[in-house]
Amino acid sequence: MEEYSIVIIGGGPAGLAAAAAAKESGEDRILILERDTRLGGILNQCIHNGFGLHTFNEELTGPEYAARFIQKIEELGITYKLNTMVMDISSDRVVTAMNREDGMFQVRAAAVVLAMGCRERPRGALNIPGYRPAGIYTAGTAQRLVNIDGYLPGKEVVILGSGDIGLIMARRMTLEGAKVKVVAELMPYSGGLKRNIVQCLNDFDIPLRLSHTVVDIQGKDRVEGVTIAEVDGSGRPIPGTEEQYSCDTLLLSCGLIPENELSMGIGVELHGATRGPVVNESLETNIPGVFACGNVLHVHDLVDFVSEEAGAAGRNAAAYVRMTEAEKNAAEKEISVQTENGVRYTVPAVVRPARVNGELKIRFRVGAVYKNRYITVYLDDERIIHKKKQVVVPGEMEQVILKPEMLAKHPDLQSIRVTLEEE
Amino acid sequence: MEKKELICIGCPMGCALTAETDGVRVENVQGNTCKRGKIYAEKELTNPTRIVTSTVRVEGSTQVHQVPVKTESDIPKGKIFECVYALKDITVAAPVHIGDVILENVAGTGVNIIASGNA
Repeated sequence: MEEYSIVIIGGGPAGLAAAAAAKESGEDRILILERDTRLGGILNQCIHNGFGLHTFNEELTGPEYAARFIQKIEELGITYKLNTMVMDISSDRVVTAMNREDGMFQVRAAAVVLAMGCRERPRGALNIPGYRPAGIYTAGTAQRLVNIDGYLPGKEVVILGSGDIGLIMARRMTLEGAKVKVVAELMPYSGGLKRNIVQCLNDFDIPLRLSHTVVDIQGKDRVEGVTIAEVDGSGRPIPGTEEQYSCDTLLLSCGLIPENELSMGIGVELHGATRGPVVNESLETNIPGVFACGNVLHVHDLVDFVSEEAGAAGRNAAAYVRMTEAEKNAAEKEISVQTENGVRYTVPAVVRPARVNGELKIRFRVGAVYKNRYITVYLDDERIIHKKKQVVVPGEMEQVILKPEMLAKHPDLQSIRVTLEEE
Repeated sequence: MEKKELICIGCPMGCALTAETDGVRVENVQGNTCKRGKIYAEKELTNPTRIVTSTVRVEGSTQVHQVPVKTESDIPKGKIFECVYALKDITVAAPVHIGDVILENVAGTGVNIIASGNA
């Protein structure tokens, strides 16, 4: 069986950044396994701009951002296999995969980095009544049809959900000659980035109806129209508020779900809020030597943060490979990060203080819109971070940075608590 | 001077800005957390511009049927539709590399359309 120091599952932005960082940390035997025909993942179909402001300090399109990392992978001489589907990963890190050249094959990895990304929530998971006519697509499917394959999926469009891909596709379909009639969002706030509301909806006078959902789809062979209605505080449609829109297409932009079938097969513990692996400060899962990063870990808004997180996962995987057995097995104190007052989760969810190397970034999301709050972190009973924010919203990930000197002041740390405070 | 509210799109922070303007001058920009916010407010209230991205057809590539393109720099917001219309019938021959000029001076803006992907 061929042996690698690090096998990376997925050649999207997370996998590429993890591979480059692991190689730059001195690991030579690295293999990326990618199921698509080319590297770059979802960036290849994200032709809009806005990528790379943090990483490269300039504004790139998705394909350009991917190309920079792909070039790095080529320059570093990192091995990758395309058109390759990973079937299984065992808890002792034997990866079983298949493709048309090699057939079914197995490789053994000293460390595995999970970077499989996420999937869109489909219609079947939304419980929308009505027939099942043609013309209902997830926003990402429509994006692929327009940007990669060159087809316009419809001419009169209603979009359910105001996630970023839905907003981006509202603009894209408009520019390609379709009429986007309305974007309906179940929640009282948008799940997308503000700049996308401004540039994709406001620029083209596309109405955004908050607290609205689709209650009926008309048409038997092809969508002929949809009915939307206002919802009450608990998400139930309010009778009498129905509005009918004639359209031939319904796009769904109703959330992304980390794709963790492989992770579950290894026995990786998943987090109830993120639906991604529970990881520690090293982005390592409960299975030793198995790391996770990018959208398979938790869904990000910005690829720049994916690259940064994946770089850390790659470096940590490289460090793991170089550890002695004694170091790998050393029992360390583990602290579960507590979340409260609207903080839904943190990544990492577990911190081993002895293993924190330098700064520790804690990323999280909140469960509702909060105005004029302080993002606050307690180490034991000391309030160590207290940062004023005008607004925190579910659609935008937040982060706090624990500095080495903060942790040094608490040699016998017992608890870490991330919370929102009013003052 | 009229008071205007807008959302900065200089970066994903999306700062809520307020500013005063008479259509020519912009003063008293507030709510920005970096200098880009002030620049954005001044520009958005006097001369709004956008980067436009789209795709054009490619012939002779074994890999792809389309290649992504973008305006090399931002163009006036009012020229967006004219810009995408100018791309409607363009087909380019492979190979295409990031940065190749696809169309010069799109819609009389003085800005070139360049490839943003390889094919």
